[in-house]
Amino acid sequence: MKYAFFPGCVARGGCPELYQAATLICQRLGIELQEMPGASCTGAGVLQEKNEFLGDTLNARTFAMAENLGMQIMTICSTCQGVMSQANFRMRKDPEYLARVNKELAEEGLEYRGTADPKHLLWVMIEDVGLEKLTELITRPLAGIRMAPFYGCYLVRPTDALDMEDHPERLTALEQVIETLGATVVDFSGKTRCCGFPILTINETNSVAMVAKHTSDVKDLGADAMVTPCPLCHLNLDGYQPKAQAQAQRKIDMPILHLPQAIGLAMGISRKELGLQKHIMSTKALTMKVGAG
Amino acid sequence: MEVTVRIRRYDPEVENPESYWQDFPLTMDDSATVLDALIKIREQQDGTLSLRCSCRSSICGSCAMRINGQAGLACKTQVASAIDDASTIVIEPAGVMPVIKDLVVDFALFWDKIREVEPYLQPQGEEPEGEYIASNESMLHLSSVTSCIMCGACVSDCTVMEVDPTFLGPAALAKAYRFTADPRDGDAKGISQERLEKLAAPTGMWDCTRCGECVTACPKGVAPMDRIMALRDQAMEAGLNNSNGARHAEAFVEIVGHSGWLNEALLPVKTVGITNIPGLMSFLPVGWRALIHGKMPPLVHHNIEKVKNVRKLVKKLEDPPPE
Ligand code: SF4
Ligand code: SF4
Ligand code: FES
Repeated sequence: MKYAFFPGCVARGGCPELYQAATLICQRLGIELQEMPGASCTGAGVLQEKNEFLGDTLNARTFAMAENLGMQIMTICSTCQGVMSQANFRMRKDPEYLARVNKELAEEGLEYRGTADPKHLLWVMIEDVGLEKLTELITRPLAGIRMAPFYGCYLVRPTDALDMEDHPERLTALEQVIETLGATVVDFSGKTRCCGFPILTINETNSVAMVAKHTSDVKDLGADAMVTPCPLCHLNLDGYQPKAQAQAQRKIDMPILHLPQAIGLAMGISRKELGLQKHIMSTKALTMKVGAG
Repeated sequence: MEVTVRIRRYDPEVENPESYWQDFPLTMDDSATVLDALIKIREQQDGTLSLRCSCRSSICGSCAMRINGQAGLACKTQVASAIDDASTIVIEPAGVMPVIKDLVVDFALFWDKIREVEPYLQPQGEEPEGEYIASNESMLHLSSVTSCIMCGACVSDCTVMEVDPTFLGPAALAKAYRFTADPRDGDAKGISQERLEKLAAPTGMWDCTRCGECVTACPKGVAPMDRIMALRDQAMEAGLNNSNGARHAEAFVEIVGHSGWLNEALLPVKTVGITNIPGLMSFLPVGWRALIHGKMPPLVHHNIEKVKNVRKLVKKLEDPPPE
């Protein structure tokens, strides 16, 4: 199994532990990752606010590179996934629009033929790798751990661009993986809500209030950790939890795991290799409980 | 078909009122809507169940509530599609707005926001001799926004309103767009400068997280979030760049346009050929800087390969040459 790897800016910037954990579990799963050093940022939806056509063109450029490699794209960032899916949706349903985009790419000698189908690692796990294969690789089941899923917006909305009708399994993918790891799912209504990251710089109070709400909701449900496929959710829920605790005037202490870290823990990979010591909110109590030191 | 309708109930008139769940088992036709089920419960099992409805055909906007955790119209949702494996449907009142009784919520907040955006045409400048003319396309473009039935489903599920009721919110901002995008509103060129200024202030367009909840909730395809993004674009076009939100978007474009990805923004870098990295850094959102600096070891930064091509694209599509 081989993919054109699109880690996204944050996994190469603010969350290097995500990049590292993802490559480690992919090795064990037998997923080969081919980097695309010429690929640009997806625009994260922010660039699109200013210029959607530019955003779509940049993504088409990346898709064309993957087509030239003869591979499908895999990402480890929900936001990248969402933005790429939306761009792809617009281009694939409107050949004229795609032609306009391709006109811009022509100068670089690239053409997007409309065959890309970017997939988040979470989807790759359940659709391509399969949970049986994952089960085989589990050496340290997360028995007794209560884990709350947190999808983040871009992996669940808008449903048409994410092809949810053809892939209803995507709506429960995170729970399925958590169960496969041997942990207990802590279901809560906030799991598909927004973490608040996009307005962190615009209205920090509101952004932090969202962090406080989600983390204390799962705390009250007895969760040992939250797991997310989105590095931006991680940045906010982990990095801003101290402020959330101050705002909500309570202790929350909720470890926020990247999806590949949770998987890696169950595969027996060490705490350090997974970068679990790099978080703002301590993961020590959790890893002790798992038996990972 | 046999179903169980689990309803979140609330009676303000008992001593120490508290909401509670109540299950109603019933038999429904395969074609029944959730509203049919609720009405049947009220008629046959519990006459005190309070809810709003009128048209039963997604026109009046009265019956918005949370169905299995997501806001929508009870009259537009089929029972058959809403039941889970145990044949249960979970019904709650709409969110954000305070509950009056059972499924009836207080819409005062909703209407306050709509009023706040002054939802009527405000042409400025000289009056034309005849009528104000609007092109067909411009009206067609607005038709999806004008189909709003004021049901409040979007407000119910808005991520930001949940934590901050001062936010203008999806319905009012979509309504505002209905006017900013109307060629008859604003100055002779149809630019609603004053409106945009107000909408770009705190609690307005830049406070939306782009979570998409309102797009999913809306039963009428209004897609409030997309209208909010269009408002942001209009505001930047109108030169209203003096908000953190606008600066964020512009910095993003510049940074991607320089190095192809975001890393550079996050690091103090010395680069050759580009002049104003410290300047860019300083108007990058505080949050990005703080987060990244706190967490990241200073790597040696590099541009993506063939970054020249990305720069060219950004330059060309951001400042298209005059036709
Ligand atoms: S996209 Fe914006 S307006 Fe719509 S629900 Fe989310 S925060 Fe609210
Ligand atoms: S925008 Fe849609 S969801 Fe919101 S009030 Fe109007 S019709 Fe209802
Ligand atoms: S009853 Fe009128 S919209 Fe549902």
